[in-house]
Amino acid sequence: MNNSAMHRAYTLCAVVLLFAILFYAENNLDTYSIQILNLVAINAILAVSLNLIYGFTGMFSLGHAGFMAIGAYVCTVLILTPEQKESMWILEAIHPWLANLSLPFLLAVVVGGIAASLVGLIIAIPVLRLGGDYLGIATLGFAEIIRVVITNAAPFTNGSLGIKGIPQYANLWCNYGWLVVTVYVIVRLLRSNVGNVFKAIRDDEIAARTMGVNTFYYRVLSFCVGAFFAGVGGALTAALISTIDPKMFTFMLTFNILMIVVAGGLGSITGSIVGSIIITFMLEWLRIVENPISLGDFEIPGIPGMRMVIFSVMLMCIILFRREGLLGMREFSWDALARFVKNPVRFFSRASRSTSGASGK
Amino acid sequence: MNQPTTSLELVNATRRFGGIVAVNDLSFKVPQGTICGLIGPNGAGKTTVFNLISGFYTPTSGKILFEGEDITGNPPHIVCRKGIARTFQNIRLFSSASSLQNVMVGAHLRQKNPWWFPIVPFLADKEEKMVHDRAHTLLERLGLADVANAPAGSLPYGAQRRLEIARALATNPRFLLLDEPAAGMNPHESSDLMEFIKNIRADFDLTILLIEHDMKVVMGICSHIWVVEYGQCIAEGDADAIRNNPKVIEAYLGEEYLQYA
Amino acid sequence: MMLTPELFIQHFFNALALGSLYGLIAIGYTMVYGILRLINFAHGDIFMLGAYFVFFSTIAFMPAWLAALLVAIALLIMFTTFRDKSKATPAWYWGAQALLLGLAGYYGFISPVEFQPPWVLAVFFAIAVTSACGIVVDRVAYQPLRDAPRISALISAIGISFLIENLGVVVFSGLPRAVRQPDMLVKPIIANISAITGNADSVVRISPMALIVPSVSLLLVSGLLWIIYRTKPGLAMRSISKDIETTRLMGVSVNKVIALTFALGSALAAASGIMWALRYPQIHPYMGVLPGFKAFIAAVFGGIGSIHGAMLGGLILGFIEVFITATFPALSGYRDAFAFVLLIVILLWKPTGIMGARTEEKI
Repeated sequence: MNNSAMHRAYTLCAVVLLFAILFYAENNLDTYSIQILNLVAINAILAVSLNLIYGFTGMFSLGHAGFMAIGAYVCTVLILTPEQKESMWILEAIHPWLANLSLPFLLAVVVGGIAASLVGLIIAIPVLRLGGDYLGIATLGFAEIIRVVITNAAPFTNGSLGIKGIPQYANLWCNYGWLVVTVYVIVRLLRSNVGNVFKAIRDDEIAARTMGVNTFYYRVLSFCVGAFFAGVGGALTAALISTIDPKMFTFMLTFNILMIVVAGGLGSITGSIVGSIIITFMLEWLRIVENPISLGDFEIPGIPGMRMVIFSVMLMCIILFRREGLLGMREFSWDALARFVKNPVRFFSRASRSTSGASGK
Repeated sequence: MNQPTTSLELVNATRRFGGIVAVNDLSFKVPQGTICGLIGPNGAGKTTVFNLISGFYTPTSGKILFEGEDITGNPPHIVCRKGIARTFQNIRLFSSASSLQNVMVGAHLRQKNPWWFPIVPFLADKEEKMVHDRAHTLLERLGLADVANAPAGSLPYGAQRRLEIARALATNPRFLLLDEPAAGMNPHESSDLMEFIKNIRADFDLTILLIEHDMKVVMGICSHIWVVEYGQCIAEGDADAIRNNPKVIEAYLGEEYLQYA
Repeated sequence: MMLTPELFIQHFFNALALGSLYGLIAIGYTMVYGILRLINFAHGDIFMLGAYFVFFSTIAFMPAWLAALLVAIALLIMFTTFRDKSKATPAWYWGAQALLLGLAGYYGFISPVEFQPPWVLAVFFAIAVTSACGIVVDRVAYQPLRDAPRISALISAIGISFLIENLGVVVFSGLPRAVRQPDMLVKPIIANISAITGNADSVVRISPMALIVPSVSLLLVSGLLWIIYRTKPGLAMRSISKDIETTRLMGVSVNKVIALTFALGSALAAASGIMWALRYPQIHPYMGVLPGFKAFIAAVFGGIGSIHGAMLGGLILGFIEVFITATFPALSGYRDAFAFVLLIVILLWKPTGIMGARTEEKI
């Protein structure tokens, strides 16, 4: 028990350190770098929430982009000023309910998350009876329906024109604050017996039902919690990049998050965070292949689309050659860190052995 | 002699799959506090009976009563809540979780907290500790305490069988269904198992119904046995009655039986 | 709103053509799912490749050396996949390869020309090359994961699908391109239907493609059914879909049969892609995504694993899309959502689809 109190203290210190780094970054880095740091945080929120649904509860959901869209639109509509709304909705006038509605940003993000979660609940009740790949395709279908509805519901969403000039409230503090909240909530849930039940459903649903687990209830629960944070991630995205339109929330977006989760390791929160750092940086770095490069007199033209080609090839390589992802199901823990500090060589040899054991199964 | 109370009763239970009748008009009563056996050749419908009782299948017709209450058609998790737990023929553990976590899943039924309690600091600690301790006690009583933190999938076969029983016991059942508990065990292990089953029956005040092919186990611990063939009960009685029933010898026991006789 | 008889007939043929196109793609999904229990996400992109290959050989003047080289590669892939390993390589194979490579070399180095074959040849060329692409997709993305959890293969499918789309952007450019239809396919057929309506000037205009598409589809599907129900590889295919392990034990080369499944499915998708490009004359690298999803839904609707079901599902989806938008123009913006609504309805009401077989999980 004393040990766990120590670990809590360590974790608190780590969070303080994180925010100290953010303070440094905010004052010393250029806007582009800060933008990437922001994207890391948002991607981590999205990846952790998808990992809860897919990696820990075993529901192959491809609907994340839909939840993000809901979070983004709800939050945006709530934080725009009445004047902005009036000038933005050109083709069709804004619905009178929304015209004067306005909330502070933090509250709007929460409302966005709740809206996504409610839609998740409505979707979950019919869809979560399905298993495996049917669930994937049905959630994908729902995400697509959400997108089509957003395109057509112009009085609420401004249709395909999208919304521009959203105030950029989502700064480093806000994004990383939400990341800490997300990780805290999900880790607390997973460490409690609720988490054991989630994992039991993932490992063997039939056995879980025999153990008295109302699997449907727990699947809906996991799905809605995941949807909530996906909605929050969407809301933060909107307030970070200040424009949204229905074309943003296609399957491509879900694919990027899925890639982060798979690369980091299904069933590892640490993996999702590490994965979002690596992949966000990599996606930015890969932009160079699409820009022309000049080597002295030579000019190598950039190749549009190459970035995503490399990205897809990487996903293929991970799934073909290292199916369990970077971390498998392992998690960061202070004990593991202590072992690493004491004897790094032994730490890695043990780690690789346990990985081979897991993959051989 | 007063009539013992009935724990579980099947009333004319029938289950069809398309044209096949897996369980045909089967009726039996399991008396409270006994260990009873269900035997029969492969494909006779024994596991289907278990699936009917535990709620995975709904009987096509007929009823299932548990302690006088009609539980026909209840989904598995409700059946479990009423006090019936089971194990599986092909062990179904949560293989990536530790032994302790496996048992804790069984113990989650006793939790009253709403799901979001763990998010708030300290709010759920007391109950989590209760579940954790209960799971640990169970593991200790079943001799699995030293593998509490090992992944369930990595345990030796016999320990996996015991862990599956521990997990079932964690749901606090009054009735336990064991599907081939001795499968894959050598004679020494299966005689240990007989003691073990007798002990848990007494310790946890259970009624046990088991499916088993190992005649020594069945004859050794079951006070009442039903023989099923083609989904129908062809004989019933205590070990001696079954041993001497010509229909059983012909239909099922045959040569194998003679070795043990 | 009621449709006039003229409009009804026109919409009927439009729906028939659209539905046949969906059906042809859906067959590829259903065959692969029936055998591997895998949603081949890349199938919609195979459809796109078919359209592009015809476009490049007939309209954008693909260099002749490249065409010859592509055919040589396709032949190589097909041959190495399907050859009987116990027999020596036949002379005709070497001959054909030498001829193709010779042609490629001649046009490449000695006399470069841009190749514009007649339509029929281009169609065969596109179908052959696309078919080989299907085999490659299976080899690269699915074969290494045969024993892996199904979800891994599914992620791999999503990955290869994105790879093909983005390679498409790199190679073909992301800009949509207009397909110029041959003149004979543009002029609508005008029929007088006064006999039905009793109105002397009621005429219907039907695009020739709306007649050609269903006819060609019928032919192709009949051919496929013949292969599946009347030939030995077809028997192997059906048997794999029932029980892959037992089929392997019977001495069937499972990977070869799976490759054949991919080849046939891709050939049909290519045919569909070509006709799609002629009917809706614009192509872009993402053109396969939406028809792909819709066709998969059609396959689920018809009962996954059933070829008749896939075709029927495709037709039903085509009719739903055309007639709902025709009857309720206000809903036309939601057109792309119909299929997904249909999917959710069918999954809840009858998850095995209208012609699917019921299976139960063993406990």
